[in-house]
Amino acid sequence: MKKSAVLMTAGLACWMGMGIASAQEIKLPEGLMGLGTGDKEEESKKEKKSAGLPFDLTGFIEGRIGVRTQSDDHEKSASIGETRLQLDMEKQVDMFTFNLTTDFLLDPVVDDYGVDLESGKGLIDLREANVTFSPLDFMDVKLGRQILTWGTGDLIFINDLFPKDWNSFFIGRDDEYLKAPSDALKAAFFSDSFNLDVVYTPRFDNDRYIDGHRISFFDRGLNDLRGRENVVTADLPDDWFSDDELALRLYRSFGAFETALYYYNGYWKSPGGQNMMTGAVTFPKLQVFGASVRGPVAKGIANMEAGYYKSASGSGSNPLVRNSEFRFLAGYEQEIATELTASVQYYLERKLDYDAYVASLPPGAIVDDENRHLITLRLTKLLKQQTMTVSLFNFWSPSDKDGYLRFNVSYKITDSLEVEGGGNVFYGAENYSFFGQFQDNSNIYAGLRYNF
Amino acid sequence: MKKLFATLVFPLILFAGAAQAQDVMEVVKKANHTSYYQGNDGRAMVDMEILDDQGRSRSRQFVILRRDDEEADTGQKFYVYFNKPADVKKMAFMVWKNVDRDDDRWLYLPALDLVKRIAASDERTSFVGSHFFYEDVSGRGIEEDTHELVEETDELYKIKSVPKDTGKVEFAYYVNWIHKATFLPIKTEYYDENGRNYRTYTALKVEMVDGHPTVTASQMSDNVSGGKTTMSYSEVKYDVDLPEDIFTERYLRKAPRKYLK
Repeated sequence: MKKSAVLMTAGLACWMGMGIASAQEIKLPEGLMGLGTGDKEEESKKEKKSAGLPFDLTGFIEGRIGVRTQSDDHEKSASIGETRLQLDMEKQVDMFTFNLTTDFLLDPVVDDYGVDLESGKGLIDLREANVTFSPLDFMDVKLGRQILTWGTGDLIFINDLFPKDWNSFFIGRDDEYLKAPSDALKAAFFSDSFNLDVVYTPRFDNDRYIDGHRISFFDRGLNDLRGRENVVTADLPDDWFSDDELALRLYRSFGAFETALYYYNGYWKSPGGQNMMTGAVTFPKLQVFGASVRGPVAKGIANMEAGYYKSASGSGSNPLVRNSEFRFLAGYEQEIATELTASVQYYLERKLDYDAYVASLPPGAIVDDENRHLITLRLTKLLKQQTMTVSLFNFWSPSDKDGYLRFNVSYKITDSLEVEGGGNVFYGAENYSFFGQFQDNSNIYAGLRYNF
Repeated sequence: MKKLFATLVFPLILFAGAAQAQDVMEVVKKANHTSYYQGNDGRAMVDMEILDDQGRSRSRQFVILRRDDEEADTGQKFYVYFNKPADVKKMAFMVWKNVDRDDDRWLYLPALDLVKRIAASDERTSFVGSHFFYEDVSGRGIEEDTHELVEETDELYKIKSVPKDTGKVEFAYYVNWIHKATFLPIKTEYYDENGRNYRTYTALKVEMVDGHPTVTASQMSDNVSGGKTTMSYSEVKYDVDLPEDIFTERYLRKAPRKYLK
C-alpha cells in the first residue's frame, strides 16, 4: 500500500515534470559546447541572384472579375474582367538604380486596346520607369515615371496632389492602383534641422478621373447620369514646361511627432470646371498651401492635416470653375484587440466664396452645401497567422447624406498564391452627391494572384 | 546559546536571500544584454520558416539592421528590409524601441510610395506572421517581470519570471534557462494560468561572431497548435558603424543598399 503510493507519487511527479523540465535535462544548442576557443569563420554565402538574368525581376500575374450588383443603363454589367501581368525589373549600375515596372493587361470590359500611357488604358500600363541616385550626401534624386505619395490621410488626400486612379479604386483593383504614375523629377534634400522634397512635373499629370468609360456619374449640365455612351472629353493643360506642376514638402520630426508644410502649384487634378462652348471638362489653375502633423497619442497614432485650395482667379463667381476651398482632416488609429486595428477620420471641405458661388448658379441648379463633412471608419483584422486579412472601410457624409463602403477579404494560400474578394457599395439619398451618383456602380469582385 | 544562534544565523539567512535576489537581476541583465545589445550595432540576414499546424510551410527572408541608443541597454532602432516572399519584397519596416513608452513603428510600401505609421501597442502579437512575437525579436523590458532563480547547475541558471502586470500579457509566467558561460538564454517555456507550457523558445545553434556568442538558429513552437517557426541568421556582423540617419524616412523610401547586401 505504501509502496504503491510512492510509485503513484513518482508517476505523478514524472507526468507533471513533463511540463517543467529540469535544468539537467536541457540540451545545449549546437555550438555552445567548447565555445570560446576562438571566432568561427563565417560561412560566406554566395549572393542568391535570380538565375541567368542580368537584372532583378519580380512581379505577378492575376485574374480579376467583378460585376455590378444592380443594373446600370450606362455601363456594362461587368465592372472588371482583366488579366494582368506585372514585371518589375531593377538594375543597379554603380550609384544608379534603374526601375522599370510594366503592367500588361487584357481588359475586355473597356474594349479599347489602344495604348495610352497617360490614362493607363490599353494593353500596357507603364507604372514606373525611373533612375534613382544620390549626387550629394544630402540629396536623393528620382527621375522619370514614378509613384509619389505624401501626407497623413488614409484614403483621403489634401496635400498629396499626385495623380490618383479613381476608376481602379472604385472597381476593386489592388490598392496600389489608386496611385497613378507621375512623370516627374523628385529631388529630396536632407539636413539636421529639416528636409525638403521638391517634385517638378514638366507636363501636367491629371488624375485618372471618372470619365464614363467604366463608371457612370451624374452630369449637372445634363441633369442626368451618363456613362460609356457619352464619355467625357477634356481640355487638358498639356504643354511641356508651361503647363507644369511644382510640389514641395518641408518636413521634420519633433521627437516622435512628424510635421510638414506643403505647397503645390498646378491644376485641379480631376475636372474642376467646364468649357461652356465645347462642354469639355477643364482643369483650372490651383495652388495649395498646407500643413500636417502625425504622432503617437494615447495607445494609437493621431494625425491632422489642413490645406488651403486657392482656385483660379475669378473662380468665386464663375460657376464653371471650382470654388476655392479649405480642407481639414483629423484622424486616429489604434489597435483595439489582438490583430484588430480601428481608425476614424473626420474630413471637412469648405467652399470659401460660398455666397458668390450660390449667386452665380443658374436658376434650378443643384446647390452644394458650404461645408461637406465626411467621417470614415476603417477596421482591419488579421487572422490565421496573418495569412488572412479582413478589412472594411466606410466613408459616410452626414451633410451629403451619402456614403461608400469598401470591404475586402484576402487569403494567402501559399507565399506566392493569394485569393481575394470584396465589394464597393455606394449609397446616398440623392443621385447627384459625391458618392450618391455612383450607386449604380456598386460592385463585387474576386481575384487570384500569383507572385513571383 | 539559543539567542546567540538566532542573532547570528538569522541575519545571515536574510543576507543570503538578498544576495541571491541581486544575483538573479544580474543574470537577467546580462542575459538581456547578450540577447539584444551585443556590439553598438549589428546586421544579420534572417531566413524564417513558418510551419503551420497542418505542416504547410511559408518562408520569409529579410535583413535586420540594429543600432543602439547612446545609453547602454535601453532604446534601439531597427530597420527590416524584406527580400522574400515576392509580395513583400522591397518593403521596409522600421522600429524605434523606446523604454519609457510604446515603440514607434513605420512601414514603407514601395508600390504606393507610402510611409505608413503603425499603431501597434500590443508587443505580444505575431512578428510578420511567424510564431515569434515582436517582443521576442526586440526584447522584453526586464523590469516588467519579477525574476526568481529556481535552479542552478554547473552550466545553467533556471529562472522563473512572473509578470508584474498580468493584464498586458498572455502568459502567467515563463521559465528561462540561461547558459552560465555566455549568458545566452537557450530555452524559454511560457506557461498559462493552468500551468500548461503552451509555447517554447529554443536556441538551436550558437556561433562566436566578432567575439560575441550569437544565436544563429532558433525556434519558437506553439505547443497547442503544433505550429513552429525557425529563424536562421547568416552574415551576422557587429559594429558595422550604421549611421543614425539610416533609421529615418529617407532610407525607408530609398533602401540603404550598402548595408543590406
